[in-house]
Amino acid sequence: MLNTKNILSIDDLSTDDIDTILSNADFFLEVLDREVKKVPALRGKTIVSLFFEPSTRTRTSFEIAGKRLNADVVNFSPSMSSLKKGESIIDTVRTILSMKVDLLIVRHSDSGIPKFISERVNIPVINAGDGTHEHPTQALLDLYTIRKKFGSVEGLKVAIVGDILHSRVAKSNIKLFKKMKMEVILVAPSMLLPEKNYFDEKVKHSIDEVINKVDVLYMLRMQFERQQNRLYPSIREYNRFLSLDIERFRRLKPESIVMHPGPVNRGIEISGEVMDLIDKYPERIKIEEQVSHGLAVRMALIYLMLSLSSEDLDSTRS
Amino acid sequence: MREKALILNENDIARIIKRISHEILERNKGCENLVFIGIQKRGVPLARRIAKNIEELEDIRLEVGKLDITFYRDDVGQRIKPDIQITDIPFDIKDRDVILVDDVLFTGRTIRAALDAIIDFGRPKSIQLVVLIDRGHRELPIRADYVGKNLPTSLSEFVEVKLKEIDGVDRVAICEAS
Repeated sequence: MLNTKNILSIDDLSTDDIDTILSNADFFLEVLDREVKKVPALRGKTIVSLFFEPSTRTRTSFEIAGKRLNADVVNFSPSMSSLKKGESIIDTVRTILSMKVDLLIVRHSDSGIPKFISERVNIPVINAGDGTHEHPTQALLDLYTIRKKFGSVEGLKVAIVGDILHSRVAKSNIKLFKKMKMEVILVAPSMLLPEKNYFDEKVKHSIDEVINKVDVLYMLRMQFERQQNRLYPSIREYNRFLSLDIERFRRLKPESIVMHPGPVNRGIEISGEVMDLIDKYPERIKIEEQVSHGLAVRMALIYLMLSLSSEDLDSTRS
Repeated sequence: MREKALILNENDIARIIKRISHEILERNKGCENLVFIGIQKRGVPLARRIAKNIEELEDIRLEVGKLDITFYRDDVGQRIKPDIQITDIPFDIKDRDVILVDDVLFTGRTIRAALDAIIDFGRPKSIQLVVLIDRGHRELPIRADYVGKNLPTSLSEFVEVKLKEIDGVDRVAICEAS
């Protein structure tokens, strides 16, 4: 049982909550292997995914997760809505709520919108990524993938490589990994780091300094859509200091794993040659496994949040 | 919870398992097509015991699965704090005779959920129900094919089943909220 009503940030979760979610994810992983990959656990519940920013993977993952639990999942994205007609966010949310919805999943290009919405509704809200703030469910599925591989995660050494400044995935992951007592190293040039290193992590400027020392190499996506200021000079420069190519892949510890939240910019964060090794080394390159684990973790999360009775909901801190 | 009476001890339970094993063999004219599924938690060790008994009687290997019915309950969000257990049915149940095993048959809602769950795994030839205790008070039209003991109870009472594999001891008692 979770001690929080909403999942807006990793800060909302206690280590007990994290353990509850990840332990339950195993049961949902098993459901995905059944002949009928669907259970009636949330029959009659309605989930709305409210995506103000385009997304295919996260939205699809939440949608399939909800449907496998027999909830009705409705996607609502602003291009097809009245937002363009000048309706405010809160009016939109209130309209949706009038249709008796049980859970909201919110993504927005501005940080803090899921929290803003959660303070104005009485149903649980999951943050599916807000601006450069957080993406907590991505971090949970990443931790699940690491836990599945290594068993115990305490003391594991993780390098997070790339555009930390713009990455909400990085922020949620740094918080979560630290909470689980893992060692986090940030690999990025100073212009792709937050002005103040408020995470107090070790910083390296080249992937070569960590490549043979880490248990988990976490590659971030280069976010061209958030790069209006042209903070990075060229792809060649990126390749030289931050990319995972075949030569660097060979220098990784044999029991280490490579992760990426997707979608991968082939030839930028990870070379095409390494990407083509996924089938050959499924124990090493976890990018596709992260996606299927995402489904199981999101099913567990939705199930745990919606199986609370309304009485339980009143007594939890929101 | 105050214990009112001991209903079954270790020997009683062993005798019931033996009797039911024979009844299953008799009714099915053998065991070639049987598979066993225990409902989590205490149906699982009971299913294993019955299967082991039949294996020794007939010199055959039988398959035993585990089923958790949490996802199929009809009261999600009403009362339970979900405590999910593993589901593991590592064999095909299509066209098999499924022996479904649980410890206590009460309202019938657990069995209703289990039937739905099993059918999502495939279409068995038949499903037969074994329960150690039938305490009455059905809310659905469900009955057991093999019953260890019929135990009339009042709704304020509670049947406590303990099994060695889980609780370290074999006993069934009737309790009442004190």
